Amino acid sequence: MSSSEGAPESWISSFCSLMGHEFFAEVSEDFIEDDFNLTGLQSQVPMYKEALEMILDVEPEDEDEEEEEEDEEEDEDEILGDEKPAGYRRAGDRRHARVASDLSVIESSAELLYGLIHQRYITSRPGIQQMLEKYEMQHFGVCPRVHCNGCKVLPVGRSDTPGQETVKLFCPSCQDLFTPPNSRFHSVDGAFFGTTFGCLFFMTFPDLDIGPRLDSSLSAMSPNRASSLASMNNQVSPDIPMPGQPAEINGVRTVNFCPGLGIGKVYESRIYGFRVSERSRSGPRMRWLRMKPTNIVELNEALRYEGLHGPADNDGDTEMGPSLGSAQNSAIAKRKKAPMRRRRLNPDQMSINGTEG
Amino acid sequence: MSAELLDPEDVSPPIPGDLDDLEESHETDPSASDSPLITRSPTPPIANLDRPRRPPVYYATLPIWKPTYKSQFISSRGNEYFCEVDEEYLTDRFNLTGLNTEVPYYQYALDLVTDVFDLDADDDLREQIEKSARHLYGLVHARYIVTTRGLAKMVDKYKKGDFGKCPRVMCEGHPLLPMGQHDIPNLSTVRLYCAKCEDIYNPKSSRHAAIDGAYFGTSFHSMLFQVYPALAPEKSVRRYEPRIYGFRVHAAAALARWQDQYRDDMKTRLRDNGIDVKYAEESEEDDEEDDEEDEQIYDTKGDKTAGDAASARMELGR
Repeated sequence: MSSSEGAPESWISSFCSLMGHEFFAEVSEDFIEDDFNLTGLQSQVPMYKEALEMILDVEPEDEDEEEEEEDEEEDEDEILGDEKPAGYRRAGDRRHARVASDLSVIESSAELLYGLIHQRYITSRPGIQQMLEKYEMQHFGVCPRVHCNGCKVLPVGRSDTPGQETVKLFCPSCQDLFTPPNSRFHSVDGAFFGTTFGCLFFMTFPDLDIGPRLDSSLSAMSPNRASSLASMNNQVSPDIPMPGQPAEINGVRTVNFCPGLGIGKVYESRIYGFRVSERSRSGPRMRWLRMKPTNIVELNEALRYEGLHGPADNDGDTEMGPSLGSAQNSAIAKRKKAPMRRRRLNPDQMSINGTEG
Repeated sequence: MSAELLDPEDVSPPIPGDLDDLEESHETDPSASDSPLITRSPTPPIANLDRPRRPPVYYATLPIWKPTYKSQFISSRGNEYFCEVDEEYLTDRFNLTGLNTEVPYYQYALDLVTDVFDLDADDDLREQIEKSARHLYGLVHARYIVTTRGLAKMVDKYKKGDFGKCPRVMCEGHPLLPMGQHDIPNLSTVRLYCAKCEDIYNPKSSRHAAIDGAYFGTSFHSMLFQVYPALAPEKSVRRYEPRIYGFRVHAAAALARWQDQYRDDMKTRLRDNGIDVKYAEESEEDDEEDDEEDEQIYDTKGDKTAGDAASARMELGR
């Protein structure tokens, strides 16, 4: 790095600027220095202490301090082929035994440790904020699916245990998982991002616009394309929402709930303009995967259940926000709504009263 | 053919050799040019046998290697998705019906594609004709690949995975097929169809993203699986379940349940018509367990009765 020639680059920033490590956020040192954040990692990472020192760019410490860590490190040294009986060990000997090959072991341990810390960091408040910036700058790429219209994706893992699967990309628009197009990411461990991050991210930022991006360079081939497309799918235009849709469904804003799915966003194979019949042997079988109810209220299972069986015991959990029932929802739903609205308004009034009085 | 273009001046100096060798190379040539395998083989495609043989003058016998337009086009970077259109197909005027209004400099372009172009054009015109030739080749290609021979060639490429692999994780790298969303040129670029998830994706390379989708057409991949139904992969019901600290997320799970209902409706609908739909997981027990798990979650909210399923079907009817 030419810009930071004066001050040597920290291990973390040099790690994050490596080829293939573009998805990583730089974990703040404060986060790493807090032992609470590292709970349990000691048992997962070989040469934990050295790895941590490397990450934090700390010079190796004195002997007496190292001795405290000796117990944990003994088994690792045995793996490395140190054949001396355990009683012989002195911290000084071990330092002599540390050779260049050791350094590469520490280096890989440091990478593993950093990855595991990273997994925790990106679900913390500063970490997720940092990932938001990267997300908005489209550092993670876009969804390859045509009907997702170049929706931005997030790196996630399918497992929280390292060494199982590489990093994948989660598209919020179709709620599906994709392999990164660039092969340089095919060696990045998915556990360094974790299973939780993808969903937590979109729940943390519920107002993040993940809708279609019409400025997508992929679609810009001809100016009259949009109009011709509209005439081609002569179905219900998916961009015009159905009347009476709730603002929120199951805790997700309706506009941000799988905008890439549903009628009009499902690919239909056609031969000379005619749709391939479902009854054909090689007819469509996977439409369900990209389907979404046109009337989103159908996904409110509690409301639907009540509409069929009468109100269940009101244990608080079944109230699903201001659900604006459509015609299908019977009087029961309406009856339910009245007290709910009153209850919802109350805290606001209270606070107004509180500030005024 | 290329040899007709060759002036004696273009020809490499005579190489001493006896006539038998030459005779052999002449015989192998036509089959080589017809073969679907497009390789930059060092064997020169020479004159075809129909031409009146020149007297055995030495300077004309071994012309320099000149690749056909088609083979050059196929092997150039970014054109990996195309297959080689048969000579006979290209020269049959019936197959080109209507393309003369679509392609500027149609006749020159056709001459160029069929390697009989001999116009002394300046660079500007030449460039335009080459552009037209590419366009023409693409449009003929779209027609050719739905023919029996074209399909067979594309199946070979499909099996080799020439069109890339599905980016969807659950498809486990299933090979893709190129397709267009429109049959009219200049409307959309080429897309890739995955037969496993039945969805379409953008090619990951920008080289391929610039190809017109009309060069493959909307019907080709469906036609391929109609002609070769055995090639259609086994479909899977596996899907990605977003989780937070191990817990499934309600919004996604509710949609998944709705989609499962949708699929079950389709299955009963098809079973009523005597068609059995099989998904990869259904022979195993895993999926059943998953379903039961889902239903149990449902059960905690109350009994999942037949009425519930019926209502879902009713709602889908709209």
